[in-house]
Amino acid sequence: MSATPAGAYRVRGPSATGGGDLGRFWNLTRTLAATDWKVRFYGSALGYVWSLLRPLMLFGIVYFVFSEVVEAGAGVEHYGVILLLAMILYFFFAEVTGAGVTAMVDRESLLRKVGFPRAVVPLSVALVAAMNLALNLVVVAIFVVASGVQPRWSWLLLPIPLALMLVFATGVAMLLSALYVRYRDIRPIWEVVLQALFYATPILYPIEAVIGRSETLAKIALLNPIAAIIQEGRHLLVGGTSLSDALGSTTLIAVPLVILVGVTWLGLRVFDRMAPAAAEEL
Amino acid sequence: MSGVPAAGIAVQVDGVSKTFRLPTEQISTLKERALHPTRRVRVETLRALSDVSFEVRSGQVFGIVGRNGSGKSTLMKCLAGIYRADAGEMWLRGRMAPFIELGVGFNPDLTAHDNVLINGVMLGLTPAEARARYGSIIDFAELHEFAELKLKNYSSGMQVRLAFSVMVHVDAELLLIDEVLAVGDAAFQQKCYDVLNRSRDEGKTILLVTHDMDQVQRFCDSAMLLERGRIVTLGDAAHVARRYTELNFGISVPVAAGRELPASDGDDGVHIVEAWFQDARGPCDSVEQGAPCALCMRVRFLRPLSEPVFALEVEDAQHRRTFATSSEWDETTSGDFAAGEVITVAVSFDNWLAPGRYSLAGQVLQRGSGRRVLARAEHATSFVVSGSRAGGGLVDIPHAYSIARAAAAVEPAPEGAAG
Repeated sequence: MSATPAGAYRVRGPSATGGGDLGRFWNLTRTLAATDWKVRFYGSALGYVWSLLRPLMLFGIVYFVFSEVVEAGAGVEHYGVILLLAMILYFFFAEVTGAGVTAMVDRESLLRKVGFPRAVVPLSVALVAAMNLALNLVVVAIFVVASGVQPRWSWLLLPIPLALMLVFATGVAMLLSALYVRYRDIRPIWEVVLQALFYATPILYPIEAVIGRSETLAKIALLNPIAAIIQEGRHLLVGGTSLSDALGSTTLIAVPLVILVGVTWLGLRVFDRMAPAAAEEL
Repeated sequence: MSGVPAAGIAVQVDGVSKTFRLPTEQISTLKERALHPTRRVRVETLRALSDVSFEVRSGQVFGIVGRNGSGKSTLMKCLAGIYRADAGEMWLRGRMAPFIELGVGFNPDLTAHDNVLINGVMLGLTPAEARARYGSIIDFAELHEFAELKLKNYSSGMQVRLAFSVMVHVDAELLLIDEVLAVGDAAFQQKCYDVLNRSRDEGKTILLVTHDMDQVQRFCDSAMLLERGRIVTLGDAAHVARRYTELNFGISVPVAAGRELPASDGDDGVHIVEAWFQDARGPCDSVEQGAPCALCMRVRFLRPLSEPVFALEVEDAQHRRTFATSSEWDETTSGDFAAGEVITVAVSFDNWLAPGRYSLAGQVLQRGSGRRVLARAEHATSFVVSGSRAGGGLVDIPHAYSIARAAAAVEPAPEGAAG
C-alpha cells in the first residue's frame, strides 16, 4: 500500500503495480534482485565469476564445434564475435523467461503474507538477468577488441536492440509467470519451446547460411523478434548482413516489432488481470 | 459510514465480503482443459466474509476472535492488501505493517540478514533504512549468533521472533497481528507484550487476532467475534470474550433437555431419567463464572426405597473430577419413596469452576454398608462455564489478595470477597 501517513487511504487489494508509488516499486524490485543475485552463487568458491565463466565455457565448446568441426561460420567475418553475442543475448532471454515461469510460485511465501505490487516479482527476475547480461557484455566487448573489430559509430545504437530484448523477455516472463500460477504444465512446455527457439534462431549458424539455401526461409526466421534483435545487434556491432537486407525490405521489420509489442502487451494484460488473485490461487 | 473515515478513525471496514472459489475438480493442466473444453468446472464457493463492518479508533487495540475458519485471517489478509475483497470498502490511516499467520514471508534459502532487508523494504522502509535498522532488529530478536544462518535452519520460534522483530521496527502506525504471541518462549512472549503495550501507549493502533481470551480481556479496548464470516458480537472486549467461550464450547453438543436417558445395565429399581444443569433462569447449557447455578437430576423409582443416597459429580474436559457431592453428608434425610414416584434432586452452588466444558454424572446409591449403586448416569449432560478468569487451576475459588510489608501482620482474607 502506498501509505500517506497523515491521511486515510483506501485498501484496494493487491494489483500488479500497486497504485503508482514508483519509489517503493523500485526499492522492492532492486532489493529482491540483489538478494536473488546473492543467493545464486551462495556457497560456490568462485561466486560471481561463474556467471562469466559458464557462458564463456559454453561458447568455447560451441565455437570449437561450429567453426573447426562443422565449419558453419566459413566465410563469415568475425564469426566468433557474432556467435558469442548471439549466444549471450539468447541466454539472457532464456534466463528471464525460464526463471520467470516459476517466479510467482517461488515467491509464494512473500505473496501470501505481504501486500506489495505483484509485478515486482517478474521484474526483479528480469533485473537479475539484466545484471548478468551487463557482465557478459563486458566479456563480449573484450572479445570484440581482441578480435580486431574496428570501432564504428553504429555501436552507439546498440542500446536499442538491447532494450528491445529486455522489454520482450520481461513481457514474456510476465505472461508465463501469470499463467503458471494456474497452469502448472507451462514449465515443461516452455522448456521445449526455449530449445526450439534456440535452433530456430540464427545463433549457431549465421543467417548467411540460411539465405544461401532459401531466402524465404531466412525471412521467416527473422520474423521471430529474438532473431531480429540478434541480427540487428550483430549488424550494429560488426557490420555484415543487416536485418533489412536479410528481410529484403525495411517495412518488413515492422512484423517482428509488432509481434514484440503484441506479446509484451499481452503479458502485461494477463499479469495485470491475474495479480489481484495471485495470493489465493497459489 | 462509507467514504473517507472521520478523523480519529484508524481502520474503517464497511460491508466487506469475500468469497473463495474452490474448484472441486481442479483443472490445472492444459491437457485437461483441451480434452474437456466444454466441461464446466464445478466450483464450490466458500463465503469467508459476509458484510463485515466495524471501525477502530486510532490508538486502540482491537481484538478479533473466532473459531478456526471463521474468517479472521481472511479479514486480516484483505486489510493487508493480500486478498482483494469482493465487496465493501476498507480504509486505513497510517502506515500499516502486517504480521500474518506467523510470519512476514521469509525466503528459506536466504540468511536472516537478507530476509530482514527484503521484509523491511516490503513493509515500507527504504533499503538504506532497512540496513540501518538491521542491528536493532537482530538485537531485539536475540538472534545474533544465528544472523548468517539460512532461514531454513531456524526453528519456527526463531523465525517468528525475527518476523515480529522486523514488524515492530518499521515505524508502522497500524499493526495487523494474526496469532503471533502463541509461539516463542515465555521470555520472548513477555517481550512481545511489552512492545505491544508500549506501542499502544505511543498511540499506535493494533488489530489482534487471537484465541486467548485472557489476552483479549487484558489487552484489547474492544473486540469482535466472527463466526462463519459474520460478526456475532462487536464491542466490549470482556463481553466478546465471554461470547466466544460460549460459542466455542457450546456449539457442538445441543442441550439435552427433555431427552430421557437410557437405563444403564446395573440399574436396580431406580432410574435416572434425566440430568441437567441450570442457572437462575432455568435449564441451560452454559453459565457464567460466579453466577448461582444448580446440578439437577430427575429420578424415577420402580420399587419402594427408603433413604437412598444421591450423588452428583462434575468432570472437566480432561476427565478430572472437579466437583463431587453426595447427599449422604447432608444433615437432612432423603426420605422414603414409593414405586412409580418421580423426584428431582438439585444441588445448588455458586459457580466457581474454571472456564471450560464439563460433564455431569449422577448416581443413586443404597444407604449403609457397601454403598451399592442402584442407578447410574455417566456423562448425562454437559455444560460450559464461560468467563475469562483462567488462572490455570481447576476451580477459581473466591479469594482476595493482601500484600503486606515485612513485619506487618498478614490479615486473613475478608469473608465473602469474591475476586
